[in-house]
Amino acid sequence: MSQPATTDDPLLRLANCSIRFGGLTAVSALELEVRENELIGLIGPNGAGKTTVFNLITGVYRPGEGQILFQEKPIEGIKPDQITAKGIARTFQNVRLFGSMSVFDNVRVAFHLHVSSGICHALWRGRTFLEEEKLVDAQVMEMLEIFDLGRYRNDNAKSLPYGSQRRLEIVRALATRPKLLLLDEPAAGMNVTEKVELMKLIQFIQDKYRIAVLLVEHDMQVVMGICERIAVLDYGIKIAEGTPAEVRRNPKVIEAYLGEEPDAQ
Amino acid sequence: MARSKIVLLVASLASLGISLGAGHLDPYFFDVIIGIGINIILAVSLNLINGYTGQFSLGHAGFMAVGAYTAASITTFLGPKVLPLLGGANSPFATSTLFVCALFCAGLVAALSGLFVGVPCLRLKGDYLAIATLGFAEIIRVVLQNMDSVGGARGFSVPLYTNFFWTFFLASLTTYVVVNLVHSTYGRGFLAVHDDEIAAEAMGIDTTKYKVTAFIIGSFFAGIAGGLYGHFKQFLVPEGFNFMKSIEIVVMVILGGMGNTVGVIVAAILLTVLTEASRSFGDYRMIVYSLLLIILMLTCPNGLTQIWYEARKFWERFIWTRIKKA
Repeated sequence: MSQPATTDDPLLRLANCSIRFGGLTAVSALELEVRENELIGLIGPNGAGKTTVFNLITGVYRPGEGQILFQEKPIEGIKPDQITAKGIARTFQNVRLFGSMSVFDNVRVAFHLHVSSGICHALWRGRTFLEEEKLVDAQVMEMLEIFDLGRYRNDNAKSLPYGSQRRLEIVRALATRPKLLLLDEPAAGMNVTEKVELMKLIQFIQDKYRIAVLLVEHDMQVVMGICERIAVLDYGIKIAEGTPAEVRRNPKVIEAYLGEEPDAQ
Repeated sequence: MARSKIVLLVASLASLGISLGAGHLDPYFFDVIIGIGINIILAVSLNLINGYTGQFSLGHAGFMAVGAYTAASITTFLGPKVLPLLGGANSPFATSTLFVCALFCAGLVAALSGLFVGVPCLRLKGDYLAIATLGFAEIIRVVLQNMDSVGGARGFSVPLYTNFFWTFFLASLTTYVVVNLVHSTYGRGFLAVHDDEIAAEAMGIDTTKYKVTAFIIGSFFAGIAGGLYGHFKQFLVPEGFNFMKSIEIVVMVILGGMGNTVGVIVAAILLTVLTEASRSFGDYRMIVYSLLLIILMLTCPNGLTQIWYEARKFWERFIWTRIKKA
């Protein structure tokens, strides 16, 4: 596995981020850093605010307080599509593939950020347009082959087996050429074999594309197995951060996951 | 040269050829044919909005009305001044030039109104968008009804300029634009917006921009269809662009299969012929028409092309395998 680059400036920094929904503080004064080329896990019990953190980073929500810096530039309040264009891509907890399109087109859509041709080129169909489309085709196929999805190219995306759908969603996110990949519970609904494959896949991606990965996960086996660093959320507050071994021993984490010790009540 | 460009060229030449020989056609038959052409333009352009981009618009008749009245005003008010300069009212060159300019302006004004409606309305989703666009179409109709300069509710007489060539050339052009737009890396974004807006945004797609673009292009061609319609019927009444007209176009799109251009063209042809064919039922015409719609929807809920796929499957599974064996 690649070692985290030891630079002082993190790729992504959440500084004192809070967000409230009515009376509920979903995320409270969160400090989180993701360095370049790092694989970091964000865990916590149900309703701890993990997905909310994702939605803050990707611009779905705007933090009530605090700042989010990506490559030292503030990104809070920017629209989700622009944040993706800046280099943060994500997958969803409940797989969100484009159901009316083929596997191939699902990935092709993600390439639109990197093609220069727009409406006029598409209508005129000149040489540059056709060449560019051909190039995109080749790149999409290459990615599909790498992730063993090439044989499904013309199948409808939602007709794939569940594990492959998850993989396709990751490929689609990678096709936007991100610097930071956010994976929202990628192991949800997977069996043990699929989980092991997923762990290999995530490490492979991080190695091959040299990107940072922020992983929200419920499944301890996956997180403990591959993450270099883990942050633990409970009720919107970060209660621990450190290596898997440190986190596993942390009494606060044990309490959050397994409940309080009986004698404490 | 791209294949689609050759197809467009062939289609235009074919419509020109047929147009030159269409003089002897039975006028009733001709009327139905032109109606089919105009409905193809309307249905294919609405399919970009409703089918591919998934924005349920019920305002297509409104955009059509904007186009129809814009084109009619240009040929009626500007025509007499411009035609003598171009070579007189009897020269085909002069009338064609005027008509093309009028149609283009009709498209532009309709596209502009599409932009005006689109920007505020596209914040709405589903049923709410449908109601907002419906409201827009009704506003247009009522405004036209009270505009005395274009005849108001009494109607507006328009010269006859529409012919077979313009109708089918523009129908081919509409199809060319929509098909080529959607079949590109850029254009797949329309389908992405249709499938899942949240995922589309996460892929870096500016959903608002795509929706507004679909609205502008769709209403541009609706405006052109309106211009053709006015210069064919030679008489415009605002009542002709009511809510039922919008529904009629939406039905074509749904019956054709949302986001399936071939199906939508077939549906436009079928429904135009059906309305004519059911005339023999007199007062019961709309009942027959509606019953046929219900039957069609029940038998192929995914649109007319489903029949084609089923037929092909049947052919491959039962007939083709037997031929091969024999």
